[in-house]
Amino acid sequence: MALKYSSITKKVIMALAGLFLISFLIVHLGINLLILKNDGRESFNMAAHFMVTNPVIQTMQWVLFGGFILHILLGIVLQLQNWMARPQRYKVEGYSHTSFFSKFMIHTGAVIFAFLIIHLVNFFFRAKFGEMPHIMINGEQYEDMGLLVIEKFRDLPYVLMYVVWLLFLGFHLDHAFHSALQSLGLNHSKYTPVAFGVSRALAILIAGGFILIPVLIFIS
Amino acid sequence: MNLTLKIWRQKNATSKGKFVTYKVNDISPNSSFLEMMDILNESLVTRGEDPVAFDHDCREGICGACSMYINGRPHGPDKAITTCQLHMRRFKDGDTIVIEPWRARPFPVLKDLIVDRTAFDKIIQAGGYISVNTGGIPDANAIPIPKVDADLSMDAAACIGCGACVAACKNASAMLFVSAKVSQFALLPQGRVEAAERVNNMVAEMDRLGFGNCTNTGACEAECPKEISISNIARMNREFLVAKLAAPKPRVDSGGGI
Amino acid sequence: MAELNSKIPKGQLAEKWTHYKAHTNLVNPANKRRLEVIVVGTGLAGASAAASLAEMGFKVKNYCYQDSPRRAHSIAAQGGINAAKNYQNDGDSVYRLFYDTIKGGDYRAREANVYRLAEVSNSIIDQCVAQGVPFAREYGGLLDNRSFGGAQVSRTFYARGQTGQQLLLGAYSALSRQVKKGNVEMYARHEMLDVVLVEGRARGIIVRNLVTGAIERHAAHAVVLATGGYGNVFFLSTNAMGSNATAVWKAYKRGAFFGNPSFTQIHPTCIPVHGDFQSKLTLMSESLRNDGRIWVPKLKEDAEKIRHGKLKPTEIAEENRDYYLERRYPAFGNLVPRDVASRAAKERCDAGFGVGETGLAVYLDFSDAINRLGKSVIEARYGNLFQMYEKIVDEDPYKTPMMIYPAVHYTMGGLWVDYELMTSIPGLFAIGEANFSDHGANRLGASALMQGLADGYFVLPYTIQNYLSDQIRVPKFSPDLPEFKRTEAEATERLHKLMNVKGNQTVDSFHKRLGHIMWEYVGMARNEAGLKKAITDIQVLRAEFWKDVKITGELNEINPELEKAGRVADFLELGELMARDALDRNESCGGHFREEYQTPEGEALRDDQNLMYVSAWEFSGENQEPVLNKEPLNYEFVEVKQRNYK
Repeated sequence: MALKYSSITKKVIMALAGLFLISFLIVHLGINLLILKNDGRESFNMAAHFMVTNPVIQTMQWVLFGGFILHILLGIVLQLQNWMARPQRYKVEGYSHTSFFSKFMIHTGAVIFAFLIIHLVNFFFRAKFGEMPHIMINGEQYEDMGLLVIEKFRDLPYVLMYVVWLLFLGFHLDHAFHSALQSLGLNHSKYTPVAFGVSRALAILIAGGFILIPVLIFIS
Repeated sequence: MNLTLKIWRQKNATSKGKFVTYKVNDISPNSSFLEMMDILNESLVTRGEDPVAFDHDCREGICGACSMYINGRPHGPDKAITTCQLHMRRFKDGDTIVIEPWRARPFPVLKDLIVDRTAFDKIIQAGGYISVNTGGIPDANAIPIPKVDADLSMDAAACIGCGACVAACKNASAMLFVSAKVSQFALLPQGRVEAAERVNNMVAEMDRLGFGNCTNTGACEAECPKEISISNIARMNREFLVAKLAAPKPRVDSGGGI
Repeated sequence: MAELNSKIPKGQLAEKWTHYKAHTNLVNPANKRRLEVIVVGTGLAGASAAASLAEMGFKVKNYCYQDSPRRAHSIAAQGGINAAKNYQNDGDSVYRLFYDTIKGGDYRAREANVYRLAEVSNSIIDQCVAQGVPFAREYGGLLDNRSFGGAQVSRTFYARGQTGQQLLLGAYSALSRQVKKGNVEMYARHEMLDVVLVEGRARGIIVRNLVTGAIERHAAHAVVLATGGYGNVFFLSTNAMGSNATAVWKAYKRGAFFGNPSFTQIHPTCIPVHGDFQSKLTLMSESLRNDGRIWVPKLKEDAEKIRHGKLKPTEIAEENRDYYLERRYPAFGNLVPRDVASRAAKERCDAGFGVGETGLAVYLDFSDAINRLGKSVIEARYGNLFQMYEKIVDEDPYKTPMMIYPAVHYTMGGLWVDYELMTSIPGLFAIGEANFSDHGANRLGASALMQGLADGYFVLPYTIQNYLSDQIRVPKFSPDLPEFKRTEAEATERLHKLMNVKGNQTVDSFHKRLGHIMWEYVGMARNEAGLKKAITDIQVLRAEFWKDVKITGELNEINPELEKAGRVADFLELGELMARDALDRNESCGGHFREEYQTPEGEALRDDQNLMYVSAWEFSGENQEPVLNKEPLNYEFVEVKQRNYK
């Protein structure tokens, strides 16, 4: 399938999936930040509960999975084609002025994917299929996702691993938003420079926001 | 200036190549890079060795023939020039310069630094034109064109087809070349008539020839001797999307018996 | 002596072409498909002709030595293309463009040809706009114009400083469309080695595949040469490194007459020569003379100091500058025709007022224009040229005046053709710079593009049909005819001969020596003694070449040294013919300046009584003196005067 579509179509799908994943990251980050709220994990657990029970979210979950898989598979296909397009490499190369991280999207992507699996095993699958501690909120019993998170992030190697992972996510995101707009053909002499700024800001805010959580939990 | 050159030597398309090191001495800083190559070749011929083959013709930066990958950059270290416009004053005495041919699957090496760029001609043949015959044309001023559009069109049309964009791109993508032609015509009322069909056909041909995919790194733009902007690539993406969504019918030429 | 029939139609000047088109024989569509035409060269003339013929239905084979047809040297033309549109409402007309061209050519061109050129000029602009050529425009959306030398109207259309590129890419795109349709077979990296005659008619060519080295035979019903000029005889010129005269020279040796070989254009605004290693000269567009003022120091001491780097041009006071073109030619000033501007520069430098390290340069100064219009306007008009200058010379022309000096740029001479653009060999046509036709003894700026495209789009496609219309019963030719095999054997033998010299001197070293002889004696100013010396010097050099040239590599591979050697061997013969023609022409006209023939003020002095003819040289055997045929030029409609730009 992926081979049949033209290079631009593939890029467009890649971009759309990427933008969708960015929007997911923003929602994810918003919920995660609730754990820092000093209310005995109440807001966080409520939000987590909403996420695992709401039917709309449950449907979106599959769309999200689809987005991930599309983004990853297409990324691999594009990369293989790109490597094939230059069977003999240069002796000296890479001195052209380009945005640094744009050259390593497949590498940062691979690192993110590897950690993603660990992440899913530790949290997502655990929440979905595994044993979970429980907590009482307003007289009702909820799964205590927050406790799981806090316990995990008391472990220094684990925190470091997360920081590294999220840094890679930041690198990946640096070449994400504006690049997606470019692939979709949404450019403008006036607004495209803004898109570059937005891209960088998203990378810093998303990666920084996520990093904040394990670090703060570990320190406290 | 005295320099050490490491040059890719390859006898023909089928043979294996290798780097060969040469020394050149007493090079004037005012000579051009290709004149330095001339001096090397004169000395090789005098010694009875095979001179280094390289493409070159106009030597004023417009024909697009010259194509050397110098110290990791197409057309060498300066911005917005071709190899023939590069001057030796840009280098220091004692420098080592590595010279390679363009590397891309659709640009096979023919000999030494000469590559076959027929792929670019094929992309143009797939649709890089406005289908008008000679004669029977309305007056040149019949359709006014906003100066801004004409200027943007000219910016794109300045492409010399040298292939530096492909050579610079880590993916060996030809998107800048193709988008420059697509943009030139997409910006003009004359070119709009066939815009959808053109972008479809040219992109299909580009893919078929085995160029890589664009990942928006911007290396092409940075190395383009005519400073063609990647905003043209965005324009082409847009044109392509619109064309795909509109799903144009394949063309059947009725062509008045021709 | 042969009879020269120029086939100029009868009737009033303005009606000749219309009348011709109305009465010429045509080929019907079914027959067109069966007729094959070879077009050699893919520049403005070649690409436009190949595309137009293919659109009409002929089967076309098109050849170029470059790796792509898009790289033909027309691409390097900077300034613009003339047309009599009168969009600026400044009094232009077809007649005025015709008149300016005839006068600019110093009354050595055919009236009928030049009038036709002016007539079709407007269609060229229409055609190019329809093809998507992004000409410069005004804010109202209409086309902009600039002025060029030798005209008092603004009739030059342009696309920044890359007009040639844009026009060529337009023709190339039309050509590509026909390649895709299968109407044109494209042979890039093929060089023509000879033309094949069958029963006295041109029926094909011998080419060398520059990648494999294979010698190939190609047949067709007619052959069109669009192979450009021969300025590279001078070694240093503004031509591309590969520009060569082999095709026209071989045609000459097969019986096509060579018209006015000595008429060479020396362009006044090139970047001066700066060293022995230099491989080519770079032109700075004539359009720069719109806003630049040309000067040298008034005082020899100042010029001396500048040459030794003790004084900067910006330090010379206004009253100590000699704006010699404005002084000598107040009516046209800096926009006098090229030959006049070049000679004036040479005159100043020879008199000791030249600048630059070598003393062979004059200033082209934009400070006035920058003060008047602002830097941004100048940048918009000439930015890419200024950038190009800075890259080469390493000086900022916005701050310090440019240095320029004349250099060989264009050859008005070429294969003699009749009104139908056919050479004296039936079935062999020559178009664009390869023919001698429209520019007389001097070409005006922005007229080469006009002529190339006029020939290719609007003239040859008509006139060739008059020839082909009686070929419809001739079946397709086989390239296995004995004539083809014989010509191929001769071409192959010559290559072997070159390879077998196995001497000690490189091809380039011979080329440089030929260039020195040509520039010294057959250049901007010529005289009898010098021309005679040039002829013997070239003969000696030619003999030495065939004894001592060294070519590395093999025949059956990419071999640039062998390619160069073949071309230089031809230049070594053509150079002699140029000198012979210059020697015969005992007058000064246009680009041909014989020191013996000048007015007291140093202007060119023609001899209309005895020399108002086209020299059409006929080959009469190796190392034999060629025969001079004369085509008289009859001026029926224009009064012939001394050119006056004062």
